[in-house]
Amino acid sequence: MQHTSTQDTLVGLFVAFGIVGLFFLALQVSNLSSFVEQDSYTITANFENSGGLKVKSPVSAAGVKIGQVSAIKFDPETYQSVVQMSIDSRYNTLPDDTTASIFTAGLLGEQYVNLEPGGSDEYLKNNGKIEITQSAIILEKALGQFLFKSAEEKAEGKSE
Amino acid sequence: MIEFLQYLGKSTRISFTKLGRGTYFLLQAISGISGVLPRPRLLINQMYSVGVLSFLIIVISGLFVGMVLGLQGYYILSDFGAEETLGVMVAASLVRELGPVVSALLFAGRAGSALTAEIGLMKATEQLAGMEMMAVDPIRRVISPRFLAGLLSMPLLAALFSAVGILGGQLVGTGLLGVDEGAYWSQMQAKLDFQDDIVNGIIKSIVFGFVTSWIALFEGYDAMPTSEGVSRATTRTVVNSAFSILGLDFILTALMFGDN
Repeated sequence: MQHTSTQDTLVGLFVAFGIVGLFFLALQVSNLSSFVEQDSYTITANFENSGGLKVKSPVSAAGVKIGQVSAIKFDPETYQSVVQMSIDSRYNTLPDDTTASIFTAGLLGEQYVNLEPGGSDEYLKNNGKIEITQSAIILEKALGQFLFKSAEEKAEGKSE
Repeated sequence: MIEFLQYLGKSTRISFTKLGRGTYFLLQAISGISGVLPRPRLLINQMYSVGVLSFLIIVISGLFVGMVLGLQGYYILSDFGAEETLGVMVAASLVRELGPVVSALLFAGRAGSALTAEIGLMKATEQLAGMEMMAVDPIRRVISPRFLAGLLSMPLLAALFSAVGILGGQLVGTGLLGVDEGAYWSQMQAKLDFQDDIVNGIIKSIVFGFVTSWIALFEGYDAMPTSEGVSRATTRTVVNSAFSILGLDFILTALMFGDN
């Protein structure tokens, strides 16, 4: 048995390391750090199709993350997807004719909302709504259209 | 035929009585925890032998498991041009499965077997009986502190294992294979959820710590008081712990990650 105080120190070190490990997992590995509520304001946008967008997907402008998706709902009247985003209140100078589009980061990456500021002098306020939107590109749809088109062209070539 | 039936009946009866003794033992050990809290010295001694002495093997294994995951993951992911998701793969597999499971298996081998041998030898040399003679409850004095120490150490060790493994994967991925470091971390942070992944991993490791400490202590306490009995009990601890960890892991995974 070692001297008691040495043992105390080692046990203390062990527990401290364990807790550091837990914190590392919580803050560095998972998305807990983005839960830390900063002052934010909410804007919404209606999309024809929000594709694979999820709650907590990033919202970025010019490639910089400025907020995240806070809720996605289906509007039973317009049959559109209503995406609610909370934007960091540091960035409160988005014009009210901003365009929102859903992009994919890389071919296999996650989907995110890209905001492209317009030229209006009025800024988007809390609970403001983005009017101009562009839906997610659904890969299956695009592929289907492409295949359909090429089949059509082939058929036309034969009949001539 | 009759002999076979007799054998079957006997072994069923024996395993059920053992299960009953084990459950009773567990309840005693848990109720004895209240006696440990006013005397933290007992707990610290056991935290030292259960936790601190397992520290090195956990950290080194975690580092190498993470590094191997980084290498293997890179080879497969680069076929799809998705090297950037290496961080997600390494972190998710460590936090969800490998961290709790491998550290629990190592814990059973390193600390569980030591606990069984210690308790079994105490029983064989009649130290436990001696304590009872002096009106000291051996469960409260010997078993409960060890049980609590195992229960507390396991989640810390599993968290360390995962954390070191993720760093090891980063070492290989970004240092050796040239994956972008920013992508490694940002994809990981985007895909891993605190509630779904990390908390569930910690819950797993607490369950494993509970089961391994229970098995190790009970096997020691229930060992035949001979040198052969102690050696058998030690073997049983490692084997039964491994079975329970892997079986429970399947059940817990099915319950936790079923809906996504």
